Amino acid sequence: MAYSDKVIDHVENPRNVGSFDKNDPSVATGMVGAPACGDVMKLQIKVSDDGIIEDAKFKTYGCGSAIASSSLVTEWVKGKSLDEAGEIKNTDITAELELPPVKIHCSILAEDAIQAAIADYKKKHGE
Amino acid sequence: MKLPIYLDYAATTPVDPRVADAMMQCLTMDGNFGNPASRSHRFGWQAEEAVDQARHDIAELINADPREIVFTSGATESNNLAIKGAANFYAKKGKHVITVKTEHKAVLDTCRELERQGFEVTYMDVEENGLLDLKKLEAAIRDDTVLVSVMHVNNELGVVQDIATIGEMCRERKIMFHVDGAQSAGKVKIDMQALKVDFMSFSGHKVYGPKGIGALYVRRKPRARLEAQMHGGGHERGMRSGTLATHQIVGMGQAFKVANEDFDKDHAHISALRKRLIDGIMSDIEEVYFNGTPEQSVPGIVNISFNYVEGESLLMALKDIAVSSGSACTSASLEPSYVLRALGRNDELAHSSIRFSIGRFTTEEEIDYTVQLIKDSIGRLREMSPLWEMYKEGVDLESVEWTHH
Repeated sequence: MAYSDKVIDHVENPRNVGSFDKNDPSVATGMVGAPACGDVMKLQIKVSDDGIIEDAKFKTYGCGSAIASSSLVTEWVKGKSLDEAGEIKNTDITAELELPPVKIHCSILAEDAIQAAIADYKKKHGE
Repeated sequence: MKLPIYLDYAATTPVDPRVADAMMQCLTMDGNFGNPASRSHRFGWQAEEAVDQARHDIAELINADPREIVFTSGATESNNLAIKGAANFYAKKGKHVITVKTEHKAVLDTCRELERQGFEVTYMDVEENGLLDLKKLEAAIRDDTVLVSVMHVNNELGVVQDIATIGEMCRERKIMFHVDGAQSAGKVKIDMQALKVDFMSFSGHKVYGPKGIGALYVRRKPRARLEAQMHGGGHERGMRSGTLATHQIVGMGQAFKVANEDFDKDHAHISALRKRLIDGIMSDIEEVYFNGTPEQSVPGIVNISFNYVEGESLLMALKDIAVSSGSACTSASLEPSYVLRALGRNDELAHSSIRFSIGRFTTEEEIDYTVQLIKDSIGRLREMSPLWEMYKEGVDLESVEWTHH
């Protein structure tokens, strides 16, 4: 399969790999996917008191597109408010990474990961 | 050392220079270009002589009579000819065929075609080690079974089935026995005088010969019969028509001759590299699983699953080595290897398997580079894997509620 240079770059130099302490109140975690399906993404965001995503980290078990999608998303959410981050759509990811049609599910998973992280933050803070 | 490193000898092999030399003598005006079926001039006679020599060399590697060799376009055609040809010939006696779930698609798909023609096919399960339980095979044999087809060496795992015993079981019951030997020629000693095998398929390009040529062994005593699948000028004693491709046949003949002469040397060389590869990987990396059985395996094929790492990302990380993956994720289908599934491996381990296949031209330096690359890549990908992190934290992944999509 021919991947775009952007996908290759994210796979070879993934941005923001790692984990935050999930018990830190400013940290929210979104984990989506299933091992049997071939991809699991964990996206963590660190949110400031005024609701801005200060930092993001990811870990992904999955194909090249899944790694690239989650790596890209960590770059995109930084500096955004929760609402702004929630507006990131899988089609934006697909377009940026030029994902082939059989890999669109990876971008959907990345979008789901953002939504799951935001939901976790809201749950933690009683919203 | 040249990159990428070729470790996919079970997919195909480069043509040995000794083979290429022989083939090049059979192409141009100055060479042996004649039609082996031409009886009226020396161009034909010479080509026929070259074909006879090749037939002899191929028969010699498997201790058969040259008259038992039928040339085809490859092992796929040989499998088709043997399975459809024999099933149809013996259909009067019964319409039941037995094969195995881990066979090559060329056998499985041919058996599917027989089902469409009204045959009944039993697809045997294998044990966790990839081998057939012969008691179960015996129990599957029926009064109307006319053909059993079992591969000698599995292309994904390298495991060697006990075709000697299966042959005895079939012969006692007067059932035809076909063996797909594409992966075994030149790797395992084959003695057709001792084995009770009626048909056996061979390929040129798995043995450092050219692609596009293969052979089917068809036993003379007791005589094995089949219905031709390719009709025409009655070549190959009516079993497979079509002008014999002299250069291809000469290539396959030379390749089998070299395989015979270099058998011990190849075996020792590949066995030593296999040990180096397995020791390098298994001794230093946690959570790796050997697929198949080391005790009953050809040395050239090593299949290993790396837990908590996904197959396609592993292949991308290993772009400097040419290997095969049990994950079909790179194609449109997301199905993992049906062979590994048949062993009872879960989807994750099937997805993250790599088949290394070592050959005549593999070097120690290449194996060392591969081991280091595997160690680095697995380490890097696991650092990135949430599953690895959970495993290290002691989370039981089976108990997690995943969001299936």
